Amino acid sequence: MAAEMEPPPLGNAGETDFRELEDGEDLFVSTVTTLEYPEPSSPEPASLPAEDISINSNGPKQKDVSFDDDPEDLFAEATEEVSLDSPEREPILSDGPSPAITPVTPTTMLTPRMDLGARCRIEEDNNGDTFDIHIAVSDPEKVGDGMNAYMGYKVTTKTSMTIFNKNETTVRRRFSDFLGLHSKLASKYLHIGYIVPPAPEKSIVGMTKVKVGKEDLSSAEFVEKRRSALERYLMRTVKHPVLLKDPDVIMFLESSELPRAVSTQALSGAGILRMVNKAADAVNKMTIKMNESDAWFEEKHQQFENLDLQLRKLHASVESLVCHRKELSVNTASFAKSAAMLGNSEDHTALSRALSQLAEVEEKIDRLHQDQAYADFYLFSELLGDYVRLITAVKSVFDQRMKTWSKWQDTQLLLQKKRESEAKLQFANKPDKLQQAKDEIKELEGKVEQGEKDFELISKTIRKEVSRFEKERVKDFKAVIIKYLESLVQTQQQLIKYWEAFLPEAKAIA
Amino acid sequence: MTSTLDDSEKEKARSVSVDLNNDASLLIDIPDALCERDKVKFTVHTKTTLSCFQKLDFSVPRQHEDFIWLHDTLVETEDYAGLIIPPAPPKPDFESPREKMHKLGEGEATMTKEEYSKMKQELEAEYLAVFKKTVQVHEVFLQRLSSHPILSKDRNFQIFLEYDQDLSVRRKNAKETFGSFFKNMVKSADEVIISGIKEVDDFFEQEKTFLLDYSSKIKDSTAKAEKMTRSHKNVADDYIHISATLSSLSVDDNTALKKHLEKFADLFEKLRKVEGRVASDEELKLTELLRYYMRDIQAAKDLLYRRARALADYENSNKALDKARLKSKDMAQAEEHQQQCLQKFDKLSESGKRELTSFKGRRVVAFRKNLIEMAELEIKHAKNNMALLQGCIELLKSN
Repeated sequence: MAAEMEPPPLGNAGETDFRELEDGEDLFVSTVTTLEYPEPSSPEPASLPAEDISINSNGPKQKDVSFDDDPEDLFAEATEEVSLDSPEREPILSDGPSPAITPVTPTTMLTPRMDLGARCRIEEDNNGDTFDIHIAVSDPEKVGDGMNAYMGYKVTTKTSMTIFNKNETTVRRRFSDFLGLHSKLASKYLHIGYIVPPAPEKSIVGMTKVKVGKEDLSSAEFVEKRRSALERYLMRTVKHPVLLKDPDVIMFLESSELPRAVSTQALSGAGILRMVNKAADAVNKMTIKMNESDAWFEEKHQQFENLDLQLRKLHASVESLVCHRKELSVNTASFAKSAAMLGNSEDHTALSRALSQLAEVEEKIDRLHQDQAYADFYLFSELLGDYVRLITAVKSVFDQRMKTWSKWQDTQLLLQKKRESEAKLQFANKPDKLQQAKDEIKELEGKVEQGEKDFELISKTIRKEVSRFEKERVKDFKAVIIKYLESLVQTQQQLIKYWEAFLPEAKAIA
Repeated sequence: MTSTLDDSEKEKARSVSVDLNNDASLLIDIPDALCERDKVKFTVHTKTTLSCFQKLDFSVPRQHEDFIWLHDTLVETEDYAGLIIPPAPPKPDFESPREKMHKLGEGEATMTKEEYSKMKQELEAEYLAVFKKTVQVHEVFLQRLSSHPILSKDRNFQIFLEYDQDLSVRRKNAKETFGSFFKNMVKSADEVIISGIKEVDDFFEQEKTFLLDYSSKIKDSTAKAEKMTRSHKNVADDYIHISATLSSLSVDDNTALKKHLEKFADLFEKLRKVEGRVASDEELKLTELLRYYMRDIQAAKDLLYRRARALADYENSNKALDKARLKSKDMAQAEEHQQQCLQKFDKLSESGKRELTSFKGRRVVAFRKNLIEMAELEIKHAKNNMALLQGCIELLKSN
């Protein structure tokens, strides 16, 4: 049954029927009319993203850490080295022995995941804690005035885990605190192969508007976007079993006062140092030619390069969609106003009424489009943005491995040189220098051994991290895809409602 | 590209058309048209039982300019001053799809082959839609004429339908465009003068107020509706890109996400087809409706102006008669002139009233039909979308 599309004027030449669409599938069979669907409440723009994101970050309350390819218990490794008493901020994972295999404690539970009905195992670590933590970032409040003003956010942590002092803690943090946390974690964990989730990006334009006190829609949107991003950032960080136990993380979530992270400012000394280091790294990357003996790394590296490209492309397309949908909303609203005026002007009573009703329908639809644009953005677009940034972190971890290898190789070369010069000294009859050379060689031999161990350790860590990352990615995407589709369903449901209410009005034109 | 519409389609079309082309004594349609670069050649087909025509069934090729010539000729005919002359069909405008095609060519390098071919398909469909629209609008113009009791008998109309040589109107058109430019200028001056004239008849006073106001409102609504439907098309196009990239992601993916991405990509492809139809249906039922009546209202306004001019003429002739009586000079002439003006004015008023009343009826019926159809189509498409979405959600959740 093809659709009849006749032009409005009094007669018509024929149907503008797009035949190519009839590909066996009859798109226009009127399907389920009795939909057993819970009647959705009108989504309000403010609540929709918040609600969805908290579910998203709520996500799996239990952590799936059963690594099929690695019998080691990652928690065990973490608990061995994390020491909550250690006051210093040195790298927590010392160059110790390789982690021992710890058998999983017998009280492993099987708990259904709350949202998707899938099942996952919860591993208990030695502390007897299950992964149960929920973080909310809320109540943005402007503090101060003028260019020194900043946005303060409330961070609420709800947990039953014993590594935390209380079951529920609330603290106030500002954006630079988050950046500070990330900076510390990155300096501790990146170089040994852990994928540290990146913090949300700075935005000079966005923040300036807020500082200047522009109380308009775009500032409010900017603050909400940032709030949501900060929440996702924290949840991602604590989902990482090692990072969760880091004292800086715990302090961030619990301690009421936090020393200001000045080094995160772009124009600070630390900021400039960061930029210099980044540049140096880029140059080094080009010059290091690594002999990759492990095909897995080669493969994964390529995979992530591809994924990066595709995700960026998809992100761009979705951003375009958000933009166009917002435009559609604005244009629909504008048409609604115009139709209302036309209805007022119309002198045939019934038609006038119908046109006014049309205007009302279109006005409702414009809000619908706006809500959908929010969903497009907060569910779909932001997920993609997060993953584009995450993959940058993954790639940097691969780079760190290269650096570790390079350091090891350099030490080896140095050792070789020293051996050569020692050989020469054998015949030079300089016993002092000879002894010195022998000592240096011994030291270097130790360093080479260490270099090799470091390289093996980082390789192993990366394998685990990538595996964990991929699992998270699959979970995240699956969850978001479904949620996004459900938002689309809601929009269509509302559309049906509105047009079905309008139809009798149109028929009533006499 | 040619467009041929078969008989069954046309039967269906005619059965719901609003009292056009019903009279078997003169049936007109445009069964096909040819598009060469910018020029569209319409085949105008006539089937008639009237004796004024030489044949019973014949076709002639016509260009857009020929339609314009016919319209302008009718407008200039004194005898039809009291009628609403159906508005001239707008010039075929392929600017929008052509521009998009150009942009698509430029962006070809950034897309996958599949993506590019889908976009191209969309564009071709758009081209086809513009083409079909222009055929319709030209056809409707002729059908309005053929169903009008007076205009259908017009000699020029008959020539247009029958004359099997090229209506070499292009030379005439050149003069005409100059002439019509002048006329438009004079008309706008008239508008100013005439809206100031005191109306004697309540009916016309009301109509004038209504039409002036409605005309500007409907112009605005048409523009806004157009913007709205264009945004809708943009959203549908975005779905194409998203679907294509999801597809690539799915191909490269070897995790449990592969199937999900594949289905998601597939869904977007289906959704965009529905969204595309939503956009084009809105365009046809809403934007085109408004656009058509915007032009029709202009034609009704023209009638009012002609009548107002006649009224002004009559008032002037009265003044001239009084003057002549005072001077006792040329009184007979002045009297006759005054009588003529009165007659003309009365004729226009009578015919005008008839035309405007039937115009309102036509307008209300057309709006009703199209609003109902649009609402029904929106519901249909939304239900489709929902079925697709829910089907996909089921599938993904069960994985």
